[in-house]
Amino acid sequence: MIRVLADTFSWGTFPDAIRFIIDHPGLLWHKSVQHLELSGAAIGIALLLALPLGIVLGHLGRGSFVAISVSNLGRALPSLVLIAFALLVSQHFFVNNMLALVVLGVPPILTNAYFGIEGVDRNIVEAARGMGMSGRDILWRIEFPLALPLIIAGIRIAAVFIIATATIAAIAGGGGLGDIIVNQATYRLAGVVGASLVVSLIAFGVAFLLTLTRKLLTRSYVSAD
Amino acid sequence: MSAFAVLAQQPVIPDFGTGSKCETENHTFCAGWVADHWSDTLQPALLQHIKLAVIAVAIGFVLAFAAALVAYRYRRADQPIGLLSDFLYTIPSLALFQLLVPLTGLTVTTVEVALVSYTLLILYRNILEGLKGVPADVREAARGMGLSRLQSLVRVELPLAVPSIMAGVRIATVSTISIATIAAFVIPEGLGRPIYIGITQDIFKTEIIAAGGLAILLALAADALLVMLGRALTPWRNA
Repeated sequence: MIRVLADTFSWGTFPDAIRFIIDHPGLLWHKSVQHLELSGAAIGIALLLALPLGIVLGHLGRGSFVAISVSNLGRALPSLVLIAFALLVSQHFFVNNMLALVVLGVPPILTNAYFGIEGVDRNIVEAARGMGMSGRDILWRIEFPLALPLIIAGIRIAAVFIIATATIAAIAGGGGLGDIIVNQATYRLAGVVGASLVVSLIAFGVAFLLTLTRKLLTRSYVSAD
Repeated sequence: MSAFAVLAQQPVIPDFGTGSKCETENHTFCAGWVADHWSDTLQPALLQHIKLAVIAVAIGFVLAFAAALVAYRYRRADQPIGLLSDFLYTIPSLALFQLLVPLTGLTVTTVEVALVSYTLLILYRNILEGLKGVPADVREAARGMGLSRLQSLVRVELPLAVPSIMAGVRIATVSTISIATIAAFVIPEGLGRPIYIGITQDIFKTEIIAAGGLAILLALAADALLVMLGRALTPWRNA
């Protein structure tokens, strides 16, 4: 929060920021790894919780109210508030931040999985049933592949949210690239902007990888993409 | 007795001023603190927060509306506009705020530019999808009745797109209220400010719960208001 007055605001900060990145590869690498550990753990747990639930509810066609409410409520929970509230529950600095990030990641994954599966054309499902497929076969061989683009889109939204919020978690002892971003007194504006560039690149990289995954997994049957 | 001896008889634990027992011991929630600091901390922060969000959604709506109309008329523009807003949406909010600081300083402008960029993707997509969702035969009928392209857009296509547009405005507003808490990292405004102070000053629970609760309530209240506005704008759907 403390702003060093000597820092001037100008375009010149961007070359300085690039120089900061080039001069501090070790620091940025260390903070990036921390950032990815926290984000990765949170995305993993959010997937374990939300994906099976969303898929099963979508398959049964039940709980649309739950899926919609979770998504609306999830959006109304500001990330900073989640980080702050998690601090009240646990002051173990990895656990509290991961808890907040999991809560943030569940809604998009759950909602997209639910509506992806539930939204599969009922005629196709009926046809599969007519061909004698069991409920389990219909889920895994018809509904899941057709819902995959939406499911991965949900994971992508969650991952981008979580990586962004892991930055904010630095003020609650989360470590990661946010440590540099919230500490201008030590790293100067060049460091703050440099770390912001790195965290943006990480977010783009993860989003890009997930989009690529979606395209590779669905190219055999989704022609218009 | 020397002056030092007198000093030594004073309590060694620092004096926390006029705070009540609840506040000095940092209990979960001290209603007294909220009552005492509503007018000097919470209320100003709430009003600043509303102002930040309203300005951002209003500017974002005008820009997204214009972009959506262009993309609706010239379909080829859809992909570049979509990619640009998608790109902006992926940048982490705290990073985007900081990346703007060298250009616009620690000002409200920095915050508003960032908030507006986040509304663009949601609003643009919903406005465009709403317009595209108007059935072709409805458009044909409007042209057949002798409406010009502009008349058809204003009197037929836009009203039919209202539900989708309002859905976008709801999502954009709630997200903006949420992201505006991050503004506190750049300017001392909005509900993020008391939350930030609550976290960084020994995790003062009351302030975190009060300000965080207000932010959530504000988002839910804004959402409910927009649902009602959407119903009022589309009376034909309630029949």
